[in-house]
Amino acid sequence: MTQNTSSLRRVFLRWEWLLVALIVVVTIVNARLSPFFLNGTNLLRTTSDFMELGIMMLPMVFIIITGNIDLSIASTLGLSASLMGWLFMGGWNIWLAAAIALLVSVLAGLLNGVLIARLKLPSLVVTIGTLSFYRGLAYVLLGDQAARGYPPSFTYLGQGTLGGTRIPFALLVFAVLALIFGLVLHKTTFGRYLYAIGSNEPACRYSGVPVERIKIIIFVLSGVMAALAGFILAARFGSTRPDIGTGLELTVITITVLGGVSIYGGSGTMVGAILALVLVGLLRFGMGLVNVQGQVQAIVIGLLLILSILLPRLGRQLSAGLAWDRNTIRKTAMAVTVAVLFGLFFFWSRALILTQ
Amino acid sequence: MIADSEAYRRPQRSLVQAFVKFRELGIVLIIVVLAVLVSLRNPAFLTADNFRDIVLNISILVIVALAQTLVIITRGIDLSVGSMIGLTAMMVAFTIAAFPAMPPLFAIPLGMALGAALGSLNGLIIAGGGVPPIIATLGTLSIYRGLIFIYSGSKSTINAYEMPPGFRELAKGTPLGVPNLILFAIVVAGAVYYFLRYARAGRDIYTVGSNPDAARFAGIPIQRTIFLVYVISGLLCGLAGVLWAARFESAQTNTALGFELQTVAAPVVGGVNIFGGSGSVLGVIFGAFLLGIINNALTLVQISPFWQLAAQGLLILLAVIADASISRRLQRMTSRPNR
Repeated sequence: MTQNTSSLRRVFLRWEWLLVALIVVVTIVNARLSPFFLNGTNLLRTTSDFMELGIMMLPMVFIIITGNIDLSIASTLGLSASLMGWLFMGGWNIWLAAAIALLVSVLAGLLNGVLIARLKLPSLVVTIGTLSFYRGLAYVLLGDQAARGYPPSFTYLGQGTLGGTRIPFALLVFAVLALIFGLVLHKTTFGRYLYAIGSNEPACRYSGVPVERIKIIIFVLSGVMAALAGFILAARFGSTRPDIGTGLELTVITITVLGGVSIYGGSGTMVGAILALVLVGLLRFGMGLVNVQGQVQAIVIGLLLILSILLPRLGRQLSAGLAWDRNTIRKTAMAVTVAVLFGLFFFWSRALILTQ
Repeated sequence: MIADSEAYRRPQRSLVQAFVKFRELGIVLIIVVLAVLVSLRNPAFLTADNFRDIVLNISILVIVALAQTLVIITRGIDLSVGSMIGLTAMMVAFTIAAFPAMPPLFAIPLGMALGAALGSLNGLIIAGGGVPPIIATLGTLSIYRGLIFIYSGSKSTINAYEMPPGFRELAKGTPLGVPNLILFAIVVAGAVYYFLRYARAGRDIYTVGSNPDAARFAGIPIQRTIFLVYVISGLLCGLAGVLWAARFESAQTNTALGFELQTVAAPVVGGVNIFGGSGSVLGVIFGAFLLGIINNALTLVQISPFWQLAAQGLLILLAVIADASISRRLQRMTSRPNR
């Protein structure tokens, strides 16, 4: 067991170094492609584009380490930002509105947590349900309207920089939260319990770990962080529409898994997740500078996600001496043929219309 | 109707059988109650025309939800279905527009082949590479959606006037009295029903999902079975893509964006176990039908359409809670743990 843990730890150490190496490579390539990349002001400004992702990533690390998932996190973001905007448009003070929205996000997280922990429902299904439900409530509140006209004291959350410097306020918020979440994960009993639940939940129950309470706590945390991310996002946009942050849950999960947190639970580090956030941030920023469309950037992120799991596995298989027998070669050849045929048709049929 | 569901179970598992029976009965009851309530408010609900509308609206969902069901039975999930539909819809629409003289029916095998190619990549990554399905398809969700943008380039929409008029008949034509779209859904449902009940590979899907270890000992090719369900998922998404483009007479970069959630919702509401191993075609159709009725009813009783998404989410939650309480009662009745 001890040996197993230490060898695991070595693997994760390697994983984080790999992320660092990738970050260095991306930095060098980006700096060569665009002279605007290695510019302190630009880099600092671009961090604020990723802070809502980072803030949602923190509880997601907790949740995935316990072997669960929260697909509703971006919908909770949408619900709390929309509720705040709706109350604000109804004449409420913005901070009071935000406080109410924060309270509702606690309830949203609590509903997830109770259904998952008490009723023992699978988190994937519960949060697919609440993904629709919470986002739906955001639409019910705002409809096709947008809430806008937030006071400068509020938009400071998303747009402001620390007095005199160029450091965005949101970056500071993230840094403080990341430190707290990291310490809780790696230095407290609560953090150890998260790993324990992820690697062997029945054993945890038998040894008296308060599994239910811990699960409810992490889903409530997820709700609260989603609300914070929502406020920052709304503050940055200066307005709220009910579709705010739609689909961000997938990016958050991608970053978390890319950071080496196992989707099956039981392993992963906060440092890894933060490095993955930096990597994805730099990749997106660099691609944006050389005018790569957002959706095309998503291809690179998606590839990175799959390869980050696939390559280590294939490497292990190869090093385990799995030879390239005839069957494997035949299958590989078929796969390559299908891919080539698809690619040929892809570009051929595309050219027919676009060159007319 | 209910008796049919027995067919999906092996005879010795009579308790699970009873459970499935009850499960589908539950949905039917909800559907009946809902229908009565809505028709009290608006008699237009219980008309043949409205029924036809509902069925037409859920036809594509039924096709893709059945594909999703096959995947879920093997303990997997395919989050890339929306992107596969969008990509095949766009590619088929382009090809149809480039060759107006081509018989429109040709679009069907073309779309299915393209979809199967996309699905086989998913299958390869999951069955061959050992990547967890949720991660692999989360990745290809982004990749395939991005490919739509690369493919369409400066032309983000392809519209009705660019396609030959015969193409829309694929979905809207009524040579047999009902719209073709509904016929396609019926044929797919029949094929999946037959496949799951009688085909060896179909039976293997249940075994792999309910007990992978036993499947291995029984000599069932697990990897091939898992690969197969993702190929079928891609194939049916390709078909759905063609029908989508024909029905809406357009293909856009955001076609079927987010559709994956509904395709998971229908099986879950229809009693398919998200942990794999069980699920019936009839249940999935009822699940999709319930989703369709709710959307239709909201309009008829003049509730703001903005409630649609929230109602859908609430329905999913209620369905899983009901499902869990039933199976827990079942668990108490038998000492054997029930997955």
